[in-house]
Amino acid sequence: MSTPVVDVRGVTKEFDGKPVLRGVDVTVNEHEAVVLIGASGSGKSTLLRCVDLLVEIDDGDILIDGEVVTDPASDPQRVRRSLAMVFQNFNLFPHMSVIDQITLAPVKAHGISKAEAIEEGRALLARFGLGDREKDYPDQLSGGQQQRVALIRAIATRPRALLLDEITSALDPELVGEVLEVVRELKVGGMTMLIATHEMAFARDVADEVCFLHQGQVLERGAARDVIDNPQQAETQRFLSRMHAARVI
Amino acid sequence: MSASVPSRREVRAAAHRSRERRGALIAAISTLIVIGGGVLWMTTRQGWPTVEETFFSAEAFRTSFPDILRGFWIDVKLFLVVEVLVLVCSLLVAVLRSTRAPALFPFRLIGAVYADLFRGVPTILIVYLVGFGIPALDLPLMPNDPIILAAIALTLSYTAYVSEVFRAGIDSVHPGQRGAALAVGLSRAQAMRFVVLPQAVRNVVPPLLNDFISLQKDVALVSVLGIVEAFRVAQIDAASTFNYTPLLAAASLYVIVTVPLSLFLDRMQRRHRRSRRLEEARA
Repeated sequence: MSTPVVDVRGVTKEFDGKPVLRGVDVTVNEHEAVVLIGASGSGKSTLLRCVDLLVEIDDGDILIDGEVVTDPASDPQRVRRSLAMVFQNFNLFPHMSVIDQITLAPVKAHGISKAEAIEEGRALLARFGLGDREKDYPDQLSGGQQQRVALIRAIATRPRALLLDEITSALDPELVGEVLEVVRELKVGGMTMLIATHEMAFARDVADEVCFLHQGQVLERGAARDVIDNPQQAETQRFLSRMHAARVI
Repeated sequence: MSASVPSRREVRAAAHRSRERRGALIAAISTLIVIGGGVLWMTTRQGWPTVEETFFSAEAFRTSFPDILRGFWIDVKLFLVVEVLVLVCSLLVAVLRSTRAPALFPFRLIGAVYADLFRGVPTILIVYLVGFGIPALDLPLMPNDPIILAAIALTLSYTAYVSEVFRAGIDSVHPGQRGAALAVGLSRAQAMRFVVLPQAVRNVVPPLLNDFISLQKDVALVSVLGIVEAFRVAQIDAASTFNYTPLLAAASLYVIVTVPLSLFLDRMQRRHRRSRRLEEARA
């Protein structure tokens, strides 16, 4: 087996003495999508933020391409340059046009020439149906369009892996589809992804592995048809039946 | 729909128009009575001729105004230069104070002490201290020109205020913005430069202009250093003629440069409120 792209080993994290992650192991191999499911507060978002070094872990290790990156001596900027993250609330830069925000990091952090970055950015926008929006500002776009721009901004840096933190949770239901369509296409294109989501149908579609997080631990993991459609653990069953009741499956 | 029977929409529009017309008429009459009445009352008092002669003398205005205007030119040059200096220095102080690097701790400390101290001292006192204190040291490299010293004093005082404005602006940018900037691979400095600061500055333009309005009249304080600017010229004139018209002439000049800025500020804030309402309506 080749080296995993993202390898989370026994990671723990407390906030003000409250444990949020209690020894989490997650492995994402190249071209794979691992989907984290679980209730709010189960630690999905925190885990993603730890992987992107936006939050410092207390114990354990996180390896990117076999290299330990959670060593306090390692350079967080170098690690973040090799990953890309998309957030629940889009976090687009409101003062920048669409083309400016998707070329900012490639030019400033990745040393790509401005002309090349713009050309690649336009190609990405066209590919995901936003070709006529490059001069617009975020407040001129719908939520679905904003989140698609955020996805393009992330992949424009040619990341080794994409971290998606509940990217459809802030969207109106009718806008969820267009965003998930982009992710499905990226998955087909072989993007390595670690995804936190509440969309079970989507998880079933893209996941090579589903991990059910409960109170900071992975209680159950496996193929989507096992974990989502035939859960073994009582907690997983409880969570999924609540999701059923809310008709989100 | 035929022209003889107005639609409900037309009836409503007509009612709305007539309501607006009536409102405008009432406002005009009310203004005329209150302000016109006030002026009439004032100018028919027994002592009015004396007041008019002392404060609104056309003759005194004519003789003093050219000198005052020349003096005011010093004020204008001074506040323009000081505004630029304050912008640069206060942005520097604010950014420095929002850093986290341990090596910069002494600068953060100095910045914090400076901002608190200089906001606490009256500007006129700082003008005195710098304007008379520095020449008293008789140091070889220090400037002795009172105008330069005045500019330094005003910059010191206003940078303390404006740096707090910028700092509030930096704090007002949502932490998710910095997170997103770091997540795409920017360094901390780049996140500050390209993502946080542009939004911070935009957020604080109104309070910033407010401080500049205040600065544009506080330049008169430098007259204590013997700089013959508009207020000082007017003061000398008034003292020699016992007529206060020159002071009002000077006052009108300060008003002429500050009022447009205030109006601009009002308009900007109105627009800001409107765009926020629009945003909320869409959300």
